[in-house]
Amino acid sequence: MQRFVYADNAATTAVLPEVIEAMTPCFAENWGNPSSLYGKGRDAARALIAAREKIASLLGADPKEIYFTSCGSEADNWAIKGAAHANAARGKHIITTKIEHPAVLQTCKALEKEGFEVSYLDVDSDGLLTAADIEAAIRPDTTLVAVMHANNEIGSILPIKEITEVCRAHKVLCFTDAVQAVGSIPVNVRELGVDMLSASGHKLGAPKGIGLLYIKKGVRIPALIDGGGQEKGKRGGTENLPYIVGFARALELAVERLPDMKRIAALRDRLAEEIVKIPRTRINGGMEHRLPGNLNVSFECIEGESLLLLLDRAGIAVSTGSACSSNSLEPSHVLLAIGVPVEIAHGSMRISLSHANTEEDADYILEQLPAIVSRLRDMSPLWSAAPTGDIGDR
Amino acid sequence: MLYSDKVMDHFSNPRNVGEIENADGVGEVGNATCGDIMKIFLRIEDDIITDVKFKTFGCGAAIATSSMATEIIKGKSVEEALTLTNKAVIEALDGLPPAKVHCSVLAEEAVKAAISDYYKKNGMEDKVDIPCTGCCASCAMAHEHGAAHDHDMIEED
Repeated sequence: MQRFVYADNAATTAVLPEVIEAMTPCFAENWGNPSSLYGKGRDAARALIAAREKIASLLGADPKEIYFTSCGSEADNWAIKGAAHANAARGKHIITTKIEHPAVLQTCKALEKEGFEVSYLDVDSDGLLTAADIEAAIRPDTTLVAVMHANNEIGSILPIKEITEVCRAHKVLCFTDAVQAVGSIPVNVRELGVDMLSASGHKLGAPKGIGLLYIKKGVRIPALIDGGGQEKGKRGGTENLPYIVGFARALELAVERLPDMKRIAALRDRLAEEIVKIPRTRINGGMEHRLPGNLNVSFECIEGESLLLLLDRAGIAVSTGSACSSNSLEPSHVLLAIGVPVEIAHGSMRISLSHANTEEDADYILEQLPAIVSRLRDMSPLWSAAPTGDIGDR
Repeated sequence: MLYSDKVMDHFSNPRNVGEIENADGVGEVGNATCGDIMKIFLRIEDDIITDVKFKTFGCGAAIATSSMATEIIKGKSVEEALTLTNKAVIEALDGLPPAKVHCSVLAEEAVKAAISDYYKKNGMEDKVDIPCTGCCASCAMAHEHGAAHDHDMIEED
């Protein structure tokens, strides 16, 4: 049987067996509505309370500050639109960065249509900016700063703690999209000092369909869904108990496994060292402040989607920032924001490792990748035109 | 975005990859910024395309449409090859996702650019109807299209 190496954990992760085990009773027996007063409902309510407490304690929050959502994008939308609307009388200026996830960027675009003003800050070639950059952009009418904790494409880890200090000094709310960070690096909301933080279950071994928004006590944003009073009246709808329980178990396991991230980083570094030996290959983003499992490289003269498809035929699952892999026709906005030329952004590949990846996985990637890159280069008119020089301005 | 089996076949085992030395006609369309470049080489004897090769920088659909276009025109007369449409390439591949229709346009244009080059090399400038080159159809960076140059941008389900 052909080997299968899953190296796209920033896209989603396999649901962990321990998580399935924790969830199963919520389907089979504990299927009551947590709002019901009889025994079955109380059992469900107890499981819900326990899961919320577990997640809160793992993130350094109070259980009352955790609001479950259907996904990370929902939490991002809610936090940003909610904070913008709640503070609109005070000001209509929002600060964010050019490398945010579309759930943040498109939310900001939607607010612009409503009359809000958004500053999309530049980042450097490592995909980073400083708290001073944020401070310089704060105006009297700024009400919200939304900066991701870690980038999904190049893994850059932004200085959220320093940014929140600046925000606090200027009495501006600070939201961070921590969907990629939670489970990969230690995340504690108190230490970070953020007002709001989003996370998603399926990035850390829970199923797709569960996310959360941390809202610090005292921070007020309007309800997202009016309904039966669930989530302290902020997000109506019967709680997705199995997935909430699964999320709690997955986060518990992820935090237990954080020490293993050293091994993942070493595995990633080994891949990086070997892959850049392929001629005219570059690493996108800096290596210092980077998620342990993330590697993003570009191969000149080839296009990412065809690379992805040939790797898939070899049993290797990765992703690309090429335009051709998505429904948009522009390559990755993140790669462009860190200054990668458009034609080179088309030839990018993201590897994202999890605790499930092994040395053998890295061996297999390194065994297959060079030949696949060569095969596409042999087919490329750019490569035959200039196999050693620059692509030039075409 | 799902590709048909035919697209995957032509992508995985592309026909006619390579170059022809001293080709009778060479056409190159697209640009690296848009993420697709196709270059087609023709060997033409007695007005018949006796050999054709291609090199493509691009996605799976770009490679598959190049492969299919070269297969369709191989052995055809130059006049016949000129009638190749992107729609014919799409149909031969059992369809393309909507976002990939522009690849079939590029394939059509690459063939026409190569034939134009052949005409020019053989003193038949009057027959040259230079297709747009560098066109990515729906690409955000595409150039302006003239009215005389409309692509058949059919949308496949």
